[in-house]
Amino acid sequence: MRKATFKIWRGNSEGGEFKSYDADIQPGMVVLDAVLQIQGEQAGDLACRWNCRAGKCGSCSAEINGKPKLMCMTRMNTLPENEPITVEPMKAFPLKKDLVTDVSWNYEVKKKIKKFKPRAPDAEDGTWRMSQGDVDRVQEFRKCIECFLCQDVCHVLRDHHKHEEFIGPRFLVYAAALEMHPLDTENRLGDLKDESNIGYCNITKCCTKVCPESITITDNAIIPLKERVVDEFYDPLTKLVKILRRK
Amino acid sequence: MATTSLPIRRSFGETLRRDLWWLPGVLTFIGLGAFVVYSTWAAFQGEHYAFGNYLSPFYSPEIFGDSPHAMFGAKPAWIPAWVPFSPALLILWAPGGFRFTCYYYRGAYYKAFWADPPACAVGEPRDSYWGERKFPLILQNVHRYFLYLALVFLIFLAHDAWKGFWFADGFGVGVGSIVLAANVFFLAAYTFGCHSLRHVVGGKCDELADKPVRCAAYKACTSLNVKHMLFAWCSLFVVGFSDLYVRMLSMGIWSDWRIF
Ligand code: SF4
Ligand code: SF4
Ligand code: FES
Ligand code: FES
Repeated sequence: MRKATFKIWRGNSEGGEFKSYDADIQPGMVVLDAVLQIQGEQAGDLACRWNCRAGKCGSCSAEINGKPKLMCMTRMNTLPENEPITVEPMKAFPLKKDLVTDVSWNYEVKKKIKKFKPRAPDAEDGTWRMSQGDVDRVQEFRKCIECFLCQDVCHVLRDHHKHEEFIGPRFLVYAAALEMHPLDTENRLGDLKDESNIGYCNITKCCTKVCPESITITDNAIIPLKERVVDEFYDPLTKLVKILRRK
Repeated sequence: MATTSLPIRRSFGETLRRDLWWLPGVLTFIGLGAFVVYSTWAAFQGEHYAFGNYLSPFYSPEIFGDSPHAMFGAKPAWIPAWVPFSPALLILWAPGGFRFTCYYYRGAYYKAFWADPPACAVGEPRDSYWGERKFPLILQNVHRYFLYLALVFLIFLAHDAWKGFWFADGFGVGVGSIVLAANVFFLAAYTFGCHSLRHVVGGKCDELADKPVRCAAYKACTSLNVKHMLFAWCSLFVVGFSDLYVRMLSMGIWSDWRIF
């Protein structure tokens, strides 16, 4: 059985430090297994959040060797063997304790996005008809498990702390799922430009790289929304065509 | 949420990442930097841009100029002598602007040239940040207009590539013909995978199933769009090499190998 050294962040919003722990590594283990082993045997007061252990609840987000990842989906054999593994909490949210951050800001942001507003039902029984191809596009966005790793890595939040102005990649994905939905009739473009400040995104694709659900956040959600905002606010030619069509 | 309770920002370059996080940025810096330096130098030369039936893509379309490819003859007299003139300077702003405002390149050069961020999850040098929300970067939204120009340029370049197969003695294939054709191929793969084009042809519609032509165009565009970064680099390299190839022929440094 091999041993691995973990440097785990211990502390709260006042301050803290990395503490070293050794863990026994079995084949097939993930980082969360090791952290729970440490919690069970050496540090009973180590705070960490987890639930499904299957990459589906989005609770165990942390930064492993400096990269935002789900602890339950990071296999030990993908990490360098002979050096300590650092595990620290996400950096874009206030720290509660150890590996647990307060992500409640996200829930407040979500409430501000205009809700789904479907067109009148297509059939008399109150149901709608959609083509599979059209639904497929938004289906990708519905894979989101709200782990907020994309929010964590986005430099607009992480480094520039624009939480009051910018909704972050997770909610641009959410807005895209609604805005591109074949049945939806709401217009969120004004909000996206002025309230959500989509213009803060400088398309660095860090969010896409960390998404455990492999959602192509930047290319399929953010850029298409940026293009729709251009249609509505910055492109005189498209505006003209729209006006002429309406006549 | 009070932002004061957020963790302290990391300083410039600070990260716990252990991988070669700086490498993509350095490669982008070198690649794009080299291209900008070379293309600017080449654009100011004003000579050695054509060789027989080959025309350098940096100089196409040649509106005014001394080569037989010029559309409207030599440099007109009304352009004052003190204005630096080269046929490339008349047109190169369009493909240059297209690349400069391309979504892929934007993300890449913000990181490599402006360290905003230097790499994902790596500390930044500046506190202030405007993004593309305000002047000047809000102007990046002009990208689709450069796209329309780029589509027109593609027609000229395709025409040049076609001419590249017609020598004084008739149809033939030289290495230069293949270079110019490859240039059009990669440039087309890059341009047709553009995010703005993807939006214009179909992305803007929530329902495409009832629009078969747009649906097919959107799918085709998307299949190129997923490789946009690859084609961005391939086309950048090939367009630079095409100029170099024609230039070296014209300067007599190497000669064209006529395959048949
Ligand atoms: S692509 Fe945009 S939203 Fe995603 S991490 Fe970069 S700046 Fe943030
Ligand atoms: S988009 Fe991906 S990274 Fe972001 S919260 Fe959803 S699953 Fe997590
Ligand atoms: S514990 Fe549920 S995603 Fe990791
Ligand atoms: S997005 Fe790259 S060329 Fe338009």
